[in-house]
Amino acid sequence: MSPLPSMGSRSRRFDAPDKALGRERFAADEYPENLLWAGALRAGAPHGLVRGVDTARAEAMPGVVAVLTAGDVPGANRQGFIYWDMPVLCGDKVRHAGDPVALVVAETREILAEALLAIEPDIEPLPVVDGLDAALAPDAPRVHDLETGNVLKQATVRKGDARAALDRCDVVIEETFFTPQQAHCFLETENGTARMDAAGIIHMTVSTQSPFRDRYEVGQALGIPQERLHVIAPFLGGGFGGKDGVTVQCLLALAAMHAGGRPVKMWWSREESLLAGYKRHAARMRFRLGAGADGALRALVCDLDYDTGAYAHLGVEIMALGLEHASGPYRVETLEANGRCVYTNNPVAGAFRGFGVAQVSFAFEGMMDRLADRLGMDPLELRLQNAIRRGDRNGVGVAMTASTGMAECLAGLREHPLWRTRGAWVREAPPLTRRGVGVAAVLNGMGYGRGLADMAVAKVRLTVDGRFRIYNGVSDMGQGNSPTFVRMACHVLNQDESGMELVQPDTDRSHPSGSAAAGRTTYTYGKALIRACEAMRDKLLHRAAMALLVDDVADLELAPGAVRHPATGRALPLALLGSKLHPDDRCCVSEAMMPVTRDVPEGGEAFRLGFPHLIFPYAAHLARVEVDELTGRVAVADYVAFTDGGRVLDPQTYEQQVQGAVAQGLGYALWEDCAAEGGRLLATDLSTYVIPGAGDLPDIESHAVETVEESGPFGMKGIGEVGMNGPLPAVASALLRMGLPMTRAPFTPERILAALGGDDS
Amino acid sequence: MILSFTLDGEPRTLDLDPGLRAVDVLREHCGVTAPKEGCGTGECGACAVLVDGEVRLSCLMLAAQLDGRTVTTARGLGGAGPHPVQEALADRGGVQCGFCTPGVAVTAAAFLERHPDPTRAEIRDALSGNLCRCTGYHKIVDAVEDAAERMRKERGGRK
Repeated sequence: MSPLPSMGSRSRRFDAPDKALGRERFAADEYPENLLWAGALRAGAPHGLVRGVDTARAEAMPGVVAVLTAGDVPGANRQGFIYWDMPVLCGDKVRHAGDPVALVVAETREILAEALLAIEPDIEPLPVVDGLDAALAPDAPRVHDLETGNVLKQATVRKGDARAALDRCDVVIEETFFTPQQAHCFLETENGTARMDAAGIIHMTVSTQSPFRDRYEVGQALGIPQERLHVIAPFLGGGFGGKDGVTVQCLLALAAMHAGGRPVKMWWSREESLLAGYKRHAARMRFRLGAGADGALRALVCDLDYDTGAYAHLGVEIMALGLEHASGPYRVETLEANGRCVYTNNPVAGAFRGFGVAQVSFAFEGMMDRLADRLGMDPLELRLQNAIRRGDRNGVGVAMTASTGMAECLAGLREHPLWRTRGAWVREAPPLTRRGVGVAAVLNGMGYGRGLADMAVAKVRLTVDGRFRIYNGVSDMGQGNSPTFVRMACHVLNQDESGMELVQPDTDRSHPSGSAAAGRTTYTYGKALIRACEAMRDKLLHRAAMALLVDDVADLELAPGAVRHPATGRALPLALLGSKLHPDDRCCVSEAMMPVTRDVPEGGEAFRLGFPHLIFPYAAHLARVEVDELTGRVAVADYVAFTDGGRVLDPQTYEQQVQGAVAQGLGYALWEDCAAEGGRLLATDLSTYVIPGAGDLPDIESHAVETVEESGPFGMKGIGEVGMNGPLPAVASALLRMGLPMTRAPFTPERILAALGGDDS
Repeated sequence: MILSFTLDGEPRTLDLDPGLRAVDVLREHCGVTAPKEGCGTGECGACAVLVDGEVRLSCLMLAAQLDGRTVTTARGLGGAGPHPVQEALADRGGVQCGFCTPGVAVTAAAFLERHPDPTRAEIRDALSGNLCRCTGYHKIVDAVEDAAERMRKERGGRK
């Protein structure tokens, strides 16, 4: 397929002007007339038995429309879409401090707040399972009634006999790494509005990454047939995985069922978002890596424990990706990866950009740095020597038959001035400052993986006035998939952007196309959209042939606003064509699926969904890091990323993804720790949970390594996630080179000072 | 309480509880949703507006504090058309999810009035109260630099 004409250009995104002017309407901007407000009372206690919830005072308050508890929930009262372990409202037991025990619907926000304070839950405390150690201890209190204690899932994947191979290695490195919970901190917190119409259909406008699956999840949880749920997903004010799966949806639908047909709005405060929203899993990762004296990787044995908090969400699938990516972007002859996904009374962990991989990236890259150190090798050369190449089998035995640009990314970095001049830069460190230059090589499987069809259904319509309307089926949380869809459609249909309209996902208008997740949105929907647009082009040429009295459609072409007959110069305006065609005939719908591997890793059968992957984007990152020896403060002075995302469709959107992911990754490396003590979150707002500000980050230089992913639309593959995985190991790599072997993220001044004193605890 | 103020160039008179938050007055009662709420505690800057030309966080202001003032949101920042900062944010990739953008635009516009030729470090410092979770700030800084240049050219053109 010919390259997009916009390749190399930096024209503005289709969605940017309205957003810059504050005209775009997010879910949070909906204030329908006659609005009611809904809110949940959170348990406060991290673990306990619900003896009762006294709602009498709240119910008696003027302006309170409804006070609901678990007994009012129709249906299964369970959400979670794979394990179905999370109550909409807790009636028997609370498993984390953010568990909801009551739902209030009120005339105003002020009355809502007062009513929530007037509810008195009676919760009998249970011993708190405050982390992995507590959860895995013999006789640990059980968060759920599982035969396996608090272990939701345990699995091992193997390639060969890694333990035996480890014994034969010239060098064996052993280390244990820890990563914290991380909060998504999208600027638009979880919210939506809902209204039940006279026919009993609930219409919801929600900030969601998964509008179609939400219908299924809400329907199951509340016992409502899916066809009675209508979900609209406008542009999201950020998502990053934290809106993949229901947040407000079940509570909101329940509230709408008790609102007498009036619209209801629920909008979590920042504190509630931190308390009740999903997080990145905290992880503990014990790695043993064996290599030959020449640096060839012979064996990796690792034990990964993921703290999924109170509920499963996608914890098992996230752990599966951890196992799959445990050996990084390297050829490793043998592997044994053991994983446990563990329940605790911590906040619920779920999907987050870098889904299980951001954690292990810290570990496998930390091992590579330590191995380079031990062997006296250059850390970049060691990575390049072992980099996985097309045709290799990866750590879990899957053949890499798709585009594989890891070595090219590393080669780009090797020639970069900041790498070539690293010695001088380090030597020129000012007094009381240590300097180091670190590198990291990372990857991230694209798409859902085997067992869960990664499919999208694209729809394009010629409007009656001759414009083209794209019905996006995959939420745009800011990543820019939908403006890229406009660009793709313009190319196939040979139109200007002025002739295009874009509709965001709406379960009544667009078609199920999966969640905005897994670096799949542009790839899968884009493939479907190309087909739909090609069908539309073909259709319009045929319809125009009749009107223009042309015998062969090959003599016609689509032009901006018209079908043209170049031989005669005649043209049929699309507006005329649009006005003549039957509405059914002005629409094309096509689908596409992402290919999967047929290779079945040993042990992989433990995962029904989402394992393993076939196509991977890759990245090599460099960080120039300074440490203040007096304060322990770590500053990243410069940052460079080389990324293999196949062909670049739009350089601006591509760089946005890289720079945004790196920023989130640097937050993960340096500041962000959504820590709980005794199951209670220490952070309550953005002053206690610190995300990077403009002054905290360097400019982030992005280079594309353009492989061609033959299966992808215009040769692309998704890079939404891979950039997240590099910063933590790249910064750690720099610190190690300064004599600071960090094994716990984030690298706070306290930890750096301790390491300067020789203690990494 | 009767409140009268100018909002994006239009006079408004409303009878409201003076204890309401200004951000709610603008968004719910005036229907101007350009100012966003990202935290409610003055840390994220998404609700930034100009009050008599000064950047203010509308989540920390009360309705009564709007009385008699001139309030400008991202919606009215450039008058009839977009402000150069808004043009530059769109052109230079400073917009992703867009939820922080109105606050960034308002803050940057006020900053450029006083600092027509800023360095990147000065721009970063000026935007330190506007959190963005999507961009990593690089392209926002690019956009503010670009806007400064556009505004200098505009001024030059008027001479």
